[in-house]
Amino acid sequence: MNKKRRLLLLKVLVWILGLAPAVWLVWRGFTDRLGANPIEQVQHRLGDTALITLLVALSITPIRRFTGWNGIAPLRRPVGLFAFFYLSVHFFWWGVVDQTLSLEFIAVDLLERPYIMVGAGAWLFMVPLAVTSTKGWIRRLGKNWQRLHRLVYVSAGLGVLHFYWQVKADTYWPIVAGSVLAVLLLLRIRRRRIRVSE
Amino acid sequence: MLIRKPADIPSSEITPESVYINRREFIGKSAGIGLAGAAGAGVVGSMFAGAGQASAQTQVGQRDWSAVRTELDEELTPREDVTTYNNFYEFGTQKEDPARYAQTLQPRPWTIEVDGLCANPGTYGLEDFIQPGTMEDRIYRMRCVEAWSMVIPWYGFELRSVIDRAEPLGSARYVEFKTLHDPVQMPGQRSRVLDWPYSEGLRLDEARHPLAILATGVYGQDLPNQNGAPIRLVVPWKYGFKGIKSIVSMTFMEQEPYNSWKRANSYEYGFYANVNPAVNHPRWSQARERRLGEFRRRETLLFNGYVDQVAGLYAGMDLRVNY
Repeated sequence: MNKKRRLLLLKVLVWILGLAPAVWLVWRGFTDRLGANPIEQVQHRLGDTALITLLVALSITPIRRFTGWNGIAPLRRPVGLFAFFYLSVHFFWWGVVDQTLSLEFIAVDLLERPYIMVGAGAWLFMVPLAVTSTKGWIRRLGKNWQRLHRLVYVSAGLGVLHFYWQVKADTYWPIVAGSVLAVLLLLRIRRRRIRVSE
Repeated sequence: MLIRKPADIPSSEITPESVYINRREFIGKSAGIGLAGAAGAGVVGSMFAGAGQASAQTQVGQRDWSAVRTELDEELTPREDVTTYNNFYEFGTQKEDPARYAQTLQPRPWTIEVDGLCANPGTYGLEDFIQPGTMEDRIYRMRCVEAWSMVIPWYGFELRSVIDRAEPLGSARYVEFKTLHDPVQMPGQRSRVLDWPYSEGLRLDEARHPLAILATGVYGQDLPNQNGAPIRLVVPWKYGFKGIKSIVSMTFMEQEPYNSWKRANSYEYGFYANVNPAVNHPRWSQARERRLGEFRRRETLLFNGYVDQVAGLYAGMDLRVNY
């Protein structure tokens, strides 16, 4: 199989996996199997999916470095955009469906609830990354593109904090997510140190 | 709504008349079967043993609950939702966990210890603990501290009846309840998300309020395990976590009990936990709530709408300090 066909296959796979959570939610919705509180259920599953997808996006580069499999580098963009897609739906689900666009409560929540502010921040920092994810912008921004796209670490960190901050007592999954993110970041720092000392 | 003293609230105010009337018919029927089955089980006792239990399920389970509305014209939350969306960390921290995993709990036989500062302590089997003849349906709002709510038809009796029987001493100012502590029956207790056993408490005057009940049933059937079988507290003007489930002990004491959620995070959860739209949880607003089944959030009511009945308990207290 040549490189182009393999990449195409990988991209199709990313699309299938990327759309699966959305299809699953819609399917559960139409068959009335979202539980007693469907609005909350959808909200939480969208949040989980956004964070997991973002962590997957962040693990592509370390995997590439460890395995030398450079063919997966082009997957960063579609996976990252899926993360942004789920994060956006998660964000608008909160404003439009959960708060039914009542601006007064949205404003109060944003200003007074740190975890909502933090979550909104995670989304906001990803907007410029999604916008500049095209080939044209990569070319135009040159070296600055990579610098700008380091914002993804801020988003991921805020995402984990947002997750951690809203559970009542069972912090297991937020801690798992935080640990995965920490490992992914440490791998990058170590890599940079090694490069500097060389 | 008229302002009445707590003692003056007629049951018809809390329970729709149709249910209230049907109840007598139901008790009559189940008594017949109960007497035929278990020896000397008594009218209400028959609900909890053998044939009586079956009759409770067939007679009352068949009632058309969908037609029942409360005096505030609020619809009941469907039984399916009441029994599948639960916070009962003894069986897992996800809402659907208790319904999935609570079958390990064995609610019969069951004993309840009454001790502490009282003249008449004792250890009771469930059947003896319950006050026969005082069982009734109570339809209450239930407001969770997580800002969702339900309307639930409980079956139970007033807490004050068992408090009076225990004859608390003059020095007793509070009553503390504890949930069963048994990681075999309650696998969630193997993980230390809370300091087990779960404990809750009330000031004695709160506990004696006629709205505070011990429930043994919901929707006309014995409590399913996930709802706190075989006996649980229901205090409708407080956040749901005050409604301790699967109770095994009741202790009268002088000092304020240190309830589980306060122990877990005293900055976020207090002893009183009265429903109050003006006092927010540090991390989220309590001004509105999602009534399960409804699309728009509704305004949360002070004391969960029971302000006329219970406000007197807190006269002169700063509800922001005593959250």
